[in-house]
Amino acid sequence: MIKLPRLSWRFIPVWQRNYLVWKKLAIPSILGNLADPMLYMLGLGFGLGSLLPDVDGMSYLTFLAAGTVAYSTMNAATFEVLYSSFSRMHVQRTWDAILNTPMTLDDVLFGELIWAVSKSLLSGLAILAVIWGLGLYGNFWLTLAIIPVVALVGFCFGGMGLVMNAVSPSYDFFLYYFTLAITPMVLLCGVFFPVSQLPPILQAISAWLPLTHAIDLARPLVVGTVPGNIGLHAFALLAYGSAGFIIALALTRRRLLR
Amino acid sequence: MLTVTGLCKRYGNTDVVRGLDLHVRRGECFGLLGPNGAGKTTTLRLLLGLIEPDAGSIELAGIPVPERAREARMKIGVVPQMDNLDPDFSVRENLIAYGRYFGMSRAAISTRVPELLDFAGLASKADAQIAQLSGGMKRRLTLARALVHDPDILFLDEPTTGLDPQARHLIWQGLRRLINAGKTIVLTTHFMDEAERLADRLAILDHGRVVVEGAPRTLIESHIEPAVVEVYGEGLSDWTRDVAGSVCRRAETVGETLFCYTDNAERVIDALKQAPALRYLHRPSNLEDVFLKLTGRDLRD
Repeated sequence: MIKLPRLSWRFIPVWQRNYLVWKKLAIPSILGNLADPMLYMLGLGFGLGSLLPDVDGMSYLTFLAAGTVAYSTMNAATFEVLYSSFSRMHVQRTWDAILNTPMTLDDVLFGELIWAVSKSLLSGLAILAVIWGLGLYGNFWLTLAIIPVVALVGFCFGGMGLVMNAVSPSYDFFLYYFTLAITPMVLLCGVFFPVSQLPPILQAISAWLPLTHAIDLARPLVVGTVPGNIGLHAFALLAYGSAGFIIALALTRRRLLR
Repeated sequence: MLTVTGLCKRYGNTDVVRGLDLHVRRGECFGLLGPNGAGKTTTLRLLLGLIEPDAGSIELAGIPVPERAREARMKIGVVPQMDNLDPDFSVRENLIAYGRYFGMSRAAISTRVPELLDFAGLASKADAQIAQLSGGMKRRLTLARALVHDPDILFLDEPTTGLDPQARHLIWQGLRRLINAGKTIVLTTHFMDEAERLADRLAILDHGRVVVEGAPRTLIESHIEPAVVEVYGEGLSDWTRDVAGSVCRRAETVGETLFCYTDNAERVIDALKQAPALRYLHRPSNLEDVFLKLTGRDLRD
């Protein structure tokens, strides 16, 4: 039943369409997407950080900054494929219009995914810029490796979010995903505190969650060490994203093309 | 241009399209008529290769669909039933973005856009946002958008539903120009005057099948008596019982009106003079009469 995606360069006009719309509203969009995580990071980092000793051998601000790179990237991709893609698919019927052209649903969905990756990159880069600006890094050259990590995290959460988009009857439905998936991940995956502080059972769950893999890659790179198990973490992110994308495509096909 | 043979599509236990055969010639305007649920929109989606048929074959300009649907869609322009213009873009940007979906180059699109704006009568609205457009303007833009890649064949799904008479005439004018320019058009509608006005040939669909096919005039001549006298007013039921049978070739009561089909309207009108309480309207029969005769008068929802 599930057909593998057929990808082609034809996704580019879909990406371009979203880019042109974004460009019109770039300023408020950047503020909305980027200012929020940054304020949390700086507020908690300085405020709470001043009360705390070093965490895992680094200042709390550095610890939190590394978590925030992954967390804000996850949010950027998730919001894009949930609310924005849903508007285009369901409310504005933009996808219907595109499907009447030589584009296929595979092109449309892949364009949306790559667009979500682009938004993630922007979001991750903004946090990275703060990390650079405040000198929160150990080795500048290693922080550059955060850029592909951010793209991978965007791919992972973009692919997963598209599944929610495919099955959602309305915007309200997305609240389930945030409450049952995103928020628990934020709390279990080591954004605000080390996973080692959690009871063993929660640590075991945490090890399976994609955000944990994202943070396990991003945090060492901020501190200035090469992450362990790079292959495993990258594979996990890729696998979650690909599985999500393939399932999302099958479900969206059932939703729109029947 | 378009050949459809034995097309079938079933959803669950419902056969939406049941053995549909169509043949549309190059340069003709072909009307697909039918009550709601007759399978018109499903047929269009099948022709575009958006959904897969359960049986049957489609060939569009020699290209098999859905096997090579992508290629076929390069040759098709679509005006969907519901407006799906991009609300995040201006009029001009809508055309540009749409051209890109067809893989058109920036240069090709830039030369095309002014022509399309002219065609749609929207040259002065090029930078307007979609929300600022009237219903008629939106439809014209949707039509212009469907033409961005200069397609050979145009699919229009109820192009004038919801428009006021002025706006409808403008759309018809545009379609006339396209027909004169040699485009092939497939049009679904449930406005009989629209079909009579535009279509060279048409097919009436019901329950997923072609009930009848032909030129509008031929259909009227061959399927229905030439004149109708609509009778209504006090005492209609008595008149229907006692007189109608002998003066009408065929009579049908709908609500409070008796439709008396005849090839001798004089005789009906003479008979009506004996019943001064009844009022009547004498008119030539039209496509709607054919449509109602063939698809029945029950409400379809």
